[in-house]
Amino acid sequence: MITLIDYKAGNLTSVRKAFTHLGQESVVTDDPGQVRDAQALVLPGVGHFVTCERLVSSGVREAVLEAIARGVPFLGICVGMQWQFAGSTESPETQGLGLFEGPCERFQTTLKVPHVGWNQICRTAEGENSRLLRGVASESFVYFTHSYRAPVVDGVSAVTTYGETFASAVERDNVFGVQFHPEKSGDTGLRILQNFCDYAAEYSAKRSAR
Amino acid sequence: MSTGITKRIIACLDVTKGRVVKGVQFVDLIDAGDPAELAHLHATSGADEIVLLDITATSDARPILIDVVRRTARQLFVPFTVGGGVRSLDDASALFDAGADKISINSAAIKEPGIITEIAERFGSQAVIVAIDAKRKVGAAVSAENTVPAEVYLAGGRIATGRDTVEWAREAESRGAGEILLTSMDCDGTRAGFDCPLTAAVATAVSIPVIASGGAGSGDHFVDVFKAGCADAALAASIFHFGIHDVRELKAQLQREGIPVRLPC
Repeated sequence: MITLIDYKAGNLTSVRKAFTHLGQESVVTDDPGQVRDAQALVLPGVGHFVTCERLVSSGVREAVLEAIARGVPFLGICVGMQWQFAGSTESPETQGLGLFEGPCERFQTTLKVPHVGWNQICRTAEGENSRLLRGVASESFVYFTHSYRAPVVDGVSAVTTYGETFASAVERDNVFGVQFHPEKSGDTGLRILQNFCDYAAEYSAKRSAR
Repeated sequence: MSTGITKRIIACLDVTKGRVVKGVQFVDLIDAGDPAELAHLHATSGADEIVLLDITATSDARPILIDVVRRTARQLFVPFTVGGGVRSLDDASALFDAGADKISINSAAIKEPGIITEIAERFGSQAVIVAIDAKRKVGAAVSAENTVPAEVYLAGGRIATGRDTVEWAREAESRGAGEILLTSMDCDGTRAGFDCPLTAAVATAVSIPVIASGGAGSGDHFVDVFKAGCADAALAASIFHFGIHDVRELKAQLQREGIPVRLPC
């Protein structure tokens, strides 16, 4: 069972639909208690970083951190990945999870911003053994739509270039993040979500065995 | 090493009464098939996005057919835009709930531009496309600011607004639109090529992506609209429905011409 965190910003339908397509049950919640007890957590995201403020004030941030510490698989998508970093200059007062170093910043490029469309993800050396990207060829195309981007720091498993090189996927232990939208990235995206489901199933099996 | 963002090929389904149709210059509609089937077919053959437009919702003064949207979205895992007859935040919410990733607004945005901001604030700018149906103004004054005078039309090209296309595109961006879908009424359905000068005028006037529409008839037309027209994406309907072009074949041509596209698809 995948728990999708609803923070009243945007649209969860597409992500949920993709999990349904993969035969994975999901539930949507904004309750910190349900988040704490989840078997697998997904934080989808579209929109402004300030919407993450709601996760802090509602107590969901603390619940997510507790779940992660217990080993619960956690996937952040788009702003959901950015929230795994320390913060974002889009809303400097909004506290991120601080799992990866540095703030997210607006693109510094003469190209059009937002970065909208299909672009390639390239594995980093660290991403060679990525669980999330297993079976996904380097330079696969995925769909992006964002104006802020995360820095290339420890834990980055794939990067993408749009005027500058930025983090398009992160991974550390049970924490996974993607800047792009796997639910909108065709077969490549479905493969990534399936990899997350597989990891989550292993975790659930281990947990019930204990 | 990554080459950067690719140019998008968007397959458009013009829908009325639950069926995909195609007309020439917005009239003389003929049946082209089932929306869900065609959307899936285009996505499989390499379309980067699917747009479904309910072309008679506004003129019939009725809401978009939500069931068609839900059915089409179910097996679609590329970006899916829905437009036609979106008049309020509630209309938009219902479409997102049915599986749309973006909504396209046209007439309502002209009549009540505040709706752009309202939807963008709730669902994010990336979810809001402002569609502009434009017709060249013959004999209008050309200025440095605006080299391609064209008038904005609404209600599926039925009503002239007196608004200038470039100026309206700029306003739409400032109000929170995430993309502009620019349809040339002069070129639509002619298969004689996109309006490249108008597309370039809009694409260079705004910093958000511009999707060119109207006039696609051959692979060369797409090359032109990406090069001369500075378009970020190009949309076509009829040439795909009747199998004249496969998206894969089109993309192979674009790649040969040095235009970055998503391959293999």
